[in-house]
Amino acid sequence: MTTRIVELRQGILKKNDELARALRQNFTSAGVLVLNLVSSPGTGKTAFLEWTLRELLARGSRAAALVGDLETDNDARRLAASGAPVRQINTHGICHLDAEMIEKHLAGWQGVELGGLDYLFIENVGNLVCPSSYDLGEKIRVALLSVTEGEDKPLKYPTLFNSADAAVITKIDIAEPCGFDRELALRNINEIRPGIRIFETSSKTGAGMEDWLGYLVEQRVARDG
Amino acid sequence: MHELSIVASVVDTVTESAAAYPGARVLEVRLRVGALASVVVDSLEFCWGIATEGTGIEGARLVVHTVPVVVWCAPCGKASELDGVQSFRCPLCGEASMDLRQGRELEIESIEIEDAGETN
Repeated sequence: MTTRIVELRQGILKKNDELARALRQNFTSAGVLVLNLVSSPGTGKTAFLEWTLRELLARGSRAAALVGDLETDNDARRLAASGAPVRQINTHGICHLDAEMIEKHLAGWQGVELGGLDYLFIENVGNLVCPSSYDLGEKIRVALLSVTEGEDKPLKYPTLFNSADAAVITKIDIAEPCGFDRELALRNINEIRPGIRIFETSSKTGAGMEDWLGYLVEQRVARDG
Repeated sequence: MHELSIVASVVDTVTESAAAYPGARVLEVRLRVGALASVVVDSLEFCWGIATEGTGIEGARLVVHTVPVVVWCAPCGKASELDGVQSFRCPLCGEASMDLRQGRELEIESIEIEDAGETN
């Protein structure tokens, strides 16, 4: 019996990775900065994004958002109140967004051309597990966690946090009643993802949002330059 | 998570690759999974039987080779294996490192095939 080994060395998520690469190429050509926001359900992604979109538009930037949920278009409606174009992606049970969903929802998006945008935000399905494996073609992956979730969140979800480019601690206006240990949280985030940029914000009071907006502008300039 | 769809994707890719060897039988499929890949090996193995049943590669064994995270430490000029995924520091000098040389893999390493005309 002659047997032999055939080396394949092929990524299992090759199809998603290839689509993501193509998306990334398109985003770069169009000059739009794309961010993928990932967190647990209830962290405050939508409120954070709502504030971000409102402020960006008020400052003359052109921004849009794709928002993923299993069901409902509640988040898209909330975000649309900011004045930015928003499109809902309903996964009907799939626990993460993937590159194919992004591609499909960008195609035929009435009134939205990538070339006419400065920023495109993708709000992922609330989940810190599965989104880590699915590249959406983003330039910046943002991991969010709130002061109510425990300082060890990054240690519990190392794959996602290690893959992130920036982290946001949300709901800091209620950090004190939650007994949130800020130093410990910052230490844990850095342990899992050395050197990551960390923002501490409240979408209720606006605290920390100026720094976050500064970062967005800085990242846009960096990619254009 | 998604071990069933991962395994289904492996079946598709292996079937496609095996088509280059007409009549050959796939004996074994070897995967390489990094410590950060967020995949449960037991679940992969469990799903393998289900996913290969009735396909051209039914009966092929699944072998999963798990690999640890390896970081490159610039100060030490060395690559080192990490024990886990709770801290990304060089085990020699303690310096933090984001230069991961290994640990995120989720790939089909190779397949073992038995050439056509060899079956008993």
